[in-house]
Amino acid sequence: MHTSAQQFKPQAHDALANPVIRKNFRGAMDFLRNKRKGVIPDDAEFHALQKVCEQIKQQCLAELPELLEQLEKNCLANGIQVHWAETPAEANAIINALIDKHSGVDVVKGKSMVSEEIGLNDYLDARGKSCIETDMGEYIVQLAGEHPSHIIMPAIHKNAQEIGQLFHDKIEDTPFTTDVDTLINIGRQQMRKRFEHAHIGITGVNFAVAETGTLCLVENEGNGRLSSTAPPVHIAVTGIEKVVKYLADVPPLLSLLTRSATGQVITTYFNMISGPRKSDEKDGPEEVHLVLVDNGRTQAYADEQFRATLQCIRCGACMNHCPVYTRIGGHAYGTVYPGPIGKIVSPHMLGMENTQDLPTASSLCGACEEVCPVNIPIPTILQRLRTQLNQGNADKRTLRGAGSARKASEAMIWKVWRYLCVHPRLYRLATQSVARLRKLVPLVKSPWNQGRVSPKPAPKTLNELLHKKGKTNANKPWMIV
Amino acid sequence: MQIPVRCYPPKPDKVYLYGTCLVNSFAPESGLDAITLLQHQGIEVVYPAGQTCCGQPAFNSGYTDEALAVAKAQAALFPEPWPVVILSGSCGGMMRKHYAHLAPNDEQLAEFASRVYEFSEFLLHVLHIKLEDKGESQQVTLHTSCAGRREMGIHPYGESLLRQLDKVELLEHNYSTECCGFGGTFAVKHSDISAAMVEDKSRNLRESGASQFVSTDWGCMLNINGALEYQQQPLRGLHLASYLRQRTLPEHSPEQE
Ligand code: SF4
Repeated sequence: MHTSAQQFKPQAHDALANPVIRKNFRGAMDFLRNKRKGVIPDDAEFHALQKVCEQIKQQCLAELPELLEQLEKNCLANGIQVHWAETPAEANAIINALIDKHSGVDVVKGKSMVSEEIGLNDYLDARGKSCIETDMGEYIVQLAGEHPSHIIMPAIHKNAQEIGQLFHDKIEDTPFTTDVDTLINIGRQQMRKRFEHAHIGITGVNFAVAETGTLCLVENEGNGRLSSTAPPVHIAVTGIEKVVKYLADVPPLLSLLTRSATGQVITTYFNMISGPRKSDEKDGPEEVHLVLVDNGRTQAYADEQFRATLQCIRCGACMNHCPVYTRIGGHAYGTVYPGPIGKIVSPHMLGMENTQDLPTASSLCGACEEVCPVNIPIPTILQRLRTQLNQGNADKRTLRGAGSARKASEAMIWKVWRYLCVHPRLYRLATQSVARLRKLVPLVKSPWNQGRVSPKPAPKTLNELLHKKGKTNANKPWMIV
Repeated sequence: MQIPVRCYPPKPDKVYLYGTCLVNSFAPESGLDAITLLQHQGIEVVYPAGQTCCGQPAFNSGYTDEALAVAKAQAALFPEPWPVVILSGSCGGMMRKHYAHLAPNDEQLAEFASRVYEFSEFLLHVLHIKLEDKGESQQVTLHTSCAGRREMGIHPYGESLLRQLDKVELLEHNYSTECCGFGGTFAVKHSDISAAMVEDKSRNLRESGASQFVSTDWGCMLNINGALEYQQQPLRGLHLASYLRQRTLPEHSPEQE
């Protein structure tokens, strides 16, 4: 199943009508919300730590160019080779060339959303290389020929029944079961075989530490550790915004990342990769590469307000708490990153012309901002994106594809609205006329009427009632009532 | 974002009332009830006749120039240093939080926004109101608006006021912190997502068992009441101002005055 951001509306429509999707997401989001609450019981403590994390990320972004240079220098000193990719195509080509150089065909991959972002699996597939996912959720979606529906829980849209059926259909000699432990064991057996023979291991990176040239990887299944140590070559791929300045920046970020994401105080594995195997060491990869991807991030970086988008540590809490995501699930967005973070980051990656319906698909309720561990003002950014979408003035269109959703008719409505609102007499006349025609209002049908009747204006406006009642003061434009 | 802690002024003699465009057109009785309650606290209420809309619909739709022009025109109507009591957490949030986004260096807008108090906030923290319940026993539930909760932080205040009413039992409802799906133009642009949200919200309110729900925001209530009416359910929402007026000053109904 392939979805696209241009088809957001029909995809959302289908998802809403699918009771399995509705039930799976509601249940899973409730579970994740409660897990988070269990480890973040105290608002004051959360806000204090959130402030620290926000400041760390803001400081790191303020120094981003210098930190990236420092990261490269220190990685090289550690024996980690650094590659820069401006586009997904460049990133794929770099990774493909590295695989070729080592005559590899068997690739194992730990969970990496940036590898999804660049479409690595499809790229390698088309070149006869098999890249198998080793994170259980990713493995499930790969087996099903799908894409992740959540950045932390890729297969959250599937229940045990569906996974049991999938394994039964796709893996030889596998009886149908819905027992979760059995299912996990089946997946594990499949992956073990691949780890033994893999030539290349690919992973993501959660924090790249500039001062030490260390790559930190947060995971629960041990597949990240295996992917980065068992094969002779390890390729880490990540976005440029993942760099942090100091090693000391990591503990607070890690602490809020795991608590926000899965409600864990710490994950089962936390890997710090500081270079290839040394001559006196018995294991570890012979080569380590770091591929740093831009893919639209510098566009967000260039704008003071949009820059906050890059503070994201990909915890997924915003989607877990989003009333829209909870109802339509991840695939409906048609983007690699769904939910609130997807709405604010995808326009930079794909262009506004391809993501027109995303910034408007929010009631701006603010649940995302409330839980974001790095305090990204997501609703404010969505509002700014809407301004860009409708921007009529070419000089103010700063984002790729800005102005692409501008409709002359809509712009005209707001111009008229403005005129009325700053001309109180006319406004009064207009609202009173609507009040007189109140009986006709329910006859006007609009999308609002989906599941709702139209509100009926009152027979007299407040202004009118007060005019009758109040003492108007000739010299002052107000009434004392 | 954390909402800054607010210091409240002593009880004033006079306040401005900002009715909001929705109250003006759809629920004028909420405005009248709010005025009655304020007057009974010995406060003179001044209502600038030129008030129209806070600018939020245009702002949320990405039409910032239009929103700013309207915001400036509104602020200019409230020149005296009196508190501005507003009948919506959402419009209040627009003024308190987003006017600064529209024009970060506009001192007049900032000064105006600093005087804006949402109705329940004003009753509780400025007037320190003591309510005397004169109504029959009733079970109610409170719908808190997202902007009231997350932009103004006023969500506990409605509850505190309702808890002062002896014969009113406040019932919880599931997912009380989740959005009702209104969101202005969102309800039209993404009507099916919005409809799914309000369907859940109206069910949760119904399942609380309350015979009445109360809210500080007419935006949410037009949405939720519209859904309840569509579902042919008897439950309806009432503005907190009207509910408090009915419970504590039943003899002062707007129709009789
Ligand atoms: S935007 Fe915030 S809440 Fe959402 S994934 Fe990023 S860090 Fe987590």
